[in-house]
Amino acid sequence: MSNSSTLVSVENLRFLRGDRVIYDDINLTIKKGKITAIMGPSGIGKTTLMKLIGGQLRPDAGDIRYAGDSVPQMSRRELYQTRKKMSMLFQSGALFTDISVYDNVAFALREHTKLNEDIIRTLVYLKLEAVGLRGAADLMPSELSGGMARRAALARAIALDPELIMYDEPFAGQDPISMGVLVKLIKALSSALDLTSIVVTHDVTEVLDIADYVYILANQKIIGEGTPAQIKASDSALVQQFLRGEADGPVPFHFPAEDLHDTLLGSPQQGGKK
Amino acid sequence: MNYLQSIGQNTLNALMSFGRAFLMLAGAILAIPQSKNIRLTVQQIYVVGVQSLLIIIVSGLFIGMVMALQGYTILVNYGAEGSLGPMVALSLLRELGPVVTALLFAGRAGSALTAEIGLMKATEQLSSLEMMAVDPLRRIIAPRFWAGVIAMPMLALIFSAIGILGGHLVGVDWLGVDAGSYWSIMQATVEWDKDVVNGIIKSFVFAIVVTWIAIFKGYDAIPTSEGISQATTQTVVYSSLAVLGLDFVLTALMFGIN
Amino acid sequence: MTTRKTELLVGTFVVLTLLAVLLLALKVANQGLSGSDQSYTLYAKFDNIGGLKPRSAVKVGGVTVGRVESIYLDQDDFTPVVVLSISEQYNNFPDTSSVAILTSGLLGEQYIGFQPGFAFDDPIVLADGDFISDTKSALVLEDLIGQFLFSRDSN
Repeated sequence: MSNSSTLVSVENLRFLRGDRVIYDDINLTIKKGKITAIMGPSGIGKTTLMKLIGGQLRPDAGDIRYAGDSVPQMSRRELYQTRKKMSMLFQSGALFTDISVYDNVAFALREHTKLNEDIIRTLVYLKLEAVGLRGAADLMPSELSGGMARRAALARAIALDPELIMYDEPFAGQDPISMGVLVKLIKALSSALDLTSIVVTHDVTEVLDIADYVYILANQKIIGEGTPAQIKASDSALVQQFLRGEADGPVPFHFPAEDLHDTLLGSPQQGGKK
Repeated sequence: MNYLQSIGQNTLNALMSFGRAFLMLAGAILAIPQSKNIRLTVQQIYVVGVQSLLIIIVSGLFIGMVMALQGYTILVNYGAEGSLGPMVALSLLRELGPVVTALLFAGRAGSALTAEIGLMKATEQLSSLEMMAVDPLRRIIAPRFWAGVIAMPMLALIFSAIGILGGHLVGVDWLGVDAGSYWSIMQATVEWDKDVVNGIIKSFVFAIVVTWIAIFKGYDAIPTSEGISQATTQTVVYSSLAVLGLDFVLTALMFGIN
Repeated sequence: MTTRKTELLVGTFVVLTLLAVLLLALKVANQGLSGSDQSYTLYAKFDNIGGLKPRSAVKVGGVTVGRVESIYLDQDDFTPVVVLSISEQYNNFPDTSSVAILTSGLLGEQYIGFQPGFAFDDPIVLADGDFISDTKSALVLEDLIGQFLFSRDSN
């Protein structure tokens, strides 16, 4: 399954949170230098998948390989070495709120390299320039708008020139202009720096424009995969429900629950709880 | 849910959180120190120590003054107002200095630590650090722990010293106890190694416990606004109870057996 | 980032703590300047030391000249021995001096009253390690009452 053009491969992954199954036997392949989109409804644990790839969580079964090495089996030291090669853009941006934008971008450089402040300064301004925020270097994260915070976080994420960058819901809650900027940035960074990108999102139209390959997750499984064109042409009812945004369909509108009749007219001892 | 089951569940939960707290502390203490960490610790001493200074000085002053006032009205009945000095000094050094400082510290700095770390967790800053291959235990937890452990005994010493001066203010300058006897009987009674050093040891123990609870509650908080507010409350409640309980044990060990 | 202001304030905090320690050491516990090298040791044997404790004062006419260093029991004749640490500046007490265990006030602390003996032409001075032979024990209330009852009976 893994060949030279594969950077990350997820094999027969099974993950439980408590008793709830999040993933049941899924397989994914992330190709080097490509943008891979992982789509699916909210609340199916797309962020969890990124944390699994980053080694912050351990799978209950199956394996995750980064450049051929099994992430769950790495020692702490190996894991930290691997993480220096990957980067993650959190949904909230997760900028360190007690230091300025400049220091945020410089953080990883100061932490992991022995570069002097002059070189760090140059690098930081280059990264900020790339996301169009060079003028905001001295602002504190609390002074940035949501879209700017996400771009600043992006500058921080590319500070160490990673191989892989994972975007967690980069478009959520953005106005159309910010969204357009981010789409352009992801595309540009990916081709300019030869980055491998994973974009987790539920914004269908934006991501279909830039993605090279798409996976759709629902009901703990992968329900569809392929290039954007293949996905659009898919005859799976599930995939079509997701693409068109229909309220009910194979992905049920209702959270799993007992029958409404039982809930309302059930035996009094049981109450509403279980 | 039957009772036995819930007792068992709660016991398991408590044991597991003890385990997590211990692992967190071990991870923070055993983290390889870097020169950067010293700077970070100094920064945190500023946050937990210097910023608590005002409340410590004001409280110390008032507690010393109140003790002198109360002590005087009792002692004067026996013509023993000369013993005001040792009464104020011993109560402060042995008990009030370490205990009140720890309680104020829990309320002022401990709750802030919990909220800060809890929010870092909620806004994914801790996760983000981990993904940047920076160990949050070393970068965030360790400096805060050491800062608390260093700062609190310092605050307790300042508290006691200010309190004794406050006692002097009320006892000598206001109520007219002889200044010479205030100091000299104090000197004759207070022993450096028994009273002062034991007070410092107490303060160290409280510092470790309070800072540990505060940091762990933040680190282990449920990352929602409700979870953080709950964790902050728990920090103040648990550390106050721990301080008062431990104070009894330590006092019994230090002064109980003569 | 650690700014200069933070460093300055943390430095102030440290200085403040040192001042507090200094106050506690010198003014409150009277530690430090009167080290053991500036005192000499005398021994005194009593029949009964009453409530005397280590660190009780040794006074000459109300002036404190030293402290009780320690108290132990002589294993040979089972009498308490009090070790006195006397300040070096008072080093010319004649060997005819006597000590008594006295009480300050009715309920106060017990201390050692040091009564210097008469100095004749060529007095022998008490030196480090000497025993003071002339001692008066503490008054124990029960003994006093016992004596009072006994003397009344015999009258």
